Amino acid sequence: MSVMTYREALNMALREEMQRDPRVFLIGEEIGVYDGAYKVTQGLLKEFGERRVVDTPICESGFTGLAVGAAMVGLRPVVEMMTFNFAILALDQIVNSAAKMYYMSGGQYNVPMVIRGPGGPAHQLAAQHSQSMEVYFYHVPGLKVVRPSTPPDAKGLLKSAIRDDNPVIFIEAETLYGIKGEVPDDPEFTIPLGKAEIRREGTDVTVFAYMGMLYRALEAAEELAKAGVSCEVVDPRTLRPMDIETMIGSVRKTHRAVVVEAGAGFAGMGSEIAAFVTENAFDDLDAPVERVTGANAPMPYAKNLEQAKTPSKEKIIAAIRRVCHA
Amino acid sequence: MTKMGEGQGTSSTGSAPPGQLSRQRLLHLYRVMATIRRFEEVACQLLVDGKIPATLHASIGQEAVAAGVCEALEPADLIVTNHRGHGHCIAKGVDLKAMMAELMGKASGTNRGRGGSMHIADPAQGILGANGIVGGGIPIAVGAAYACRARESGQIVVCFFGDGAANEGGCHEAMNLASLWELPILFVCENNQYAEMTPQRVHTRVKDLSVRAGAYDMPGASVDGNDVVAVYAAVEAAVRRARAGGGPMLIECKTFRVRGHFEGDPQRYKTAEEVARWKEKDPLTLLKTSLTGPGGIPAGELEAIQQEIESAVREAVAFAEAAPLPSPDEVLTHVYAGA
Repeated sequence: MSVMTYREALNMALREEMQRDPRVFLIGEEIGVYDGAYKVTQGLLKEFGERRVVDTPICESGFTGLAVGAAMVGLRPVVEMMTFNFAILALDQIVNSAAKMYYMSGGQYNVPMVIRGPGGPAHQLAAQHSQSMEVYFYHVPGLKVVRPSTPPDAKGLLKSAIRDDNPVIFIEAETLYGIKGEVPDDPEFTIPLGKAEIRREGTDVTVFAYMGMLYRALEAAEELAKAGVSCEVVDPRTLRPMDIETMIGSVRKTHRAVVVEAGAGFAGMGSEIAAFVTENAFDDLDAPVERVTGANAPMPYAKNLEQAKTPSKEKIIAAIRRVCHA
Repeated sequence: MTKMGEGQGTSSTGSAPPGQLSRQRLLHLYRVMATIRRFEEVACQLLVDGKIPATLHASIGQEAVAAGVCEALEPADLIVTNHRGHGHCIAKGVDLKAMMAELMGKASGTNRGRGGSMHIADPAQGILGANGIVGGGIPIAVGAAYACRARESGQIVVCFFGDGAANEGGCHEAMNLASLWELPILFVCENNQYAEMTPQRVHTRVKDLSVRAGAYDMPGASVDGNDVVAVYAAVEAAVRRARAGGGPMLIECKTFRVRGHFEGDPQRYKTAEEVARWKEKDPLTLLKTSLTGPGGIPAGELEAIQQEIESAVREAVAFAEAAPLPSPDEVLTHVYAGA
């Protein structure tokens, strides 16, 4: 175990997988000479050379499509989106080609690639650079979608994503790159995709949250514990495939559920979790599932408007109190 | 061919002397082109008869491009094609039975009934797949070329696309990357005069799409896409260059889409004059005339080939009609690899 930042954990995962498998290469904007806009790829150009750490022109559709073709012909590309907002420029390649190639070809061509980079609400970066992007991807059959909330998860899940034979959308967060945690040094340490993690055990209510919202939910749980409300906080980690067993298992224990998500609520992750909890555990529920989501507006620029748009600890606490009648 | 990029306009190779290809190879090209023609004529009729669903994008009239390009490739070379790709796949060696079965949505189809006409894929023949999104295959082809170079496989990639796709942003991005990294790829722009229902003069300012190669500092050439020997000659030189590490090239093959954008398209946008003009230049008729001309082969020899093609296509239809439908229980099969 070493204590390191989320950023360093990602860097370690990339380095280890590149050492392990010569088919793995990195491609994206400013990832080589500049060491990455957020320094996730620091030092890798020097270690692996320009054929495996490929700086591109600004052309998300072009280099994402290139990665699809390279994956079909035996390489394992890891694409960096400087921020995931720019992945929308590559959406056709991701949705129409990467996700569907295996199915459309009748199982003849699979596309083992990772598309990674930061996404989610950041600090006063406004509407185009501060948004939760996972919703654009987890709807699409053929894609896997990962949102790692901690440094060990960042390492273990990225390594699994690179070893996966399918296209994996791996969305990090600008706001988490600097957080520290204990990360296993073992190069064979991986965390399987599709496994949720119970971050805090409790008995009265299950709170589902990931990324920045996970930390806010944990703060809410801590505060409510003082008031005698016991919250179980569950981090899905992988949004597709989702670990329904762990997530439903928790609800069967607590009989109540609250979903917290940073993005706009309409047709969001909260809608999906609320639906499958209702479908799978209706008889176990003592209250309707509550959603605490970002406001249904683009992200505003002004600090106070940004706060109004984003789920606060107070809103999370209020929702938990409602379902617990506490 | 002239190197583009110095602003001297595009070159035209015109007709190469037929002596460049042996009679045997010319007969092979005739067989490929006539097979494409017959396969698509029959498929279009099967669509009318309700045996093939939805629609088809026929390449009738463009057979010389598919045949001439693939004649210059090795079996291990790769192609990426588009929604109008039956001809490219036939020229690259796809099994007619499996492709016809795919058109009918059968389990024995090339794509096990998951893809259909717009997505034919066949790794054994180096067919990376047709892409139904106009221009969608161009970056993918560049990626395939990146992988070929990385793996030092010696393969080259041909990317077929149309004059419509040439105006997609992804085409520009992909050509820039291919040229920047000198990848072993050949861009074949099949200019059939129409982007969907819109003629070239309405959608593109430049007359020769090959001039765009200059913007990427790669060579470009425009050739008569209805002259299979001219197509072959241009592509053969470009393939040799790419295989030797010389980087990409753009070859525009000027041809004509005889059918509509899709089967069922009333084609009111075409004039009788242009249809008649291009009919004079029908690629199969041109090749037939050259083969059976003075000192050539007896017409009966081509007739025999035609009969063989007729049987092969009939066999493909019989196979496809008899093939089973995919099992509805397998609707989730092939969504995820390794699942």
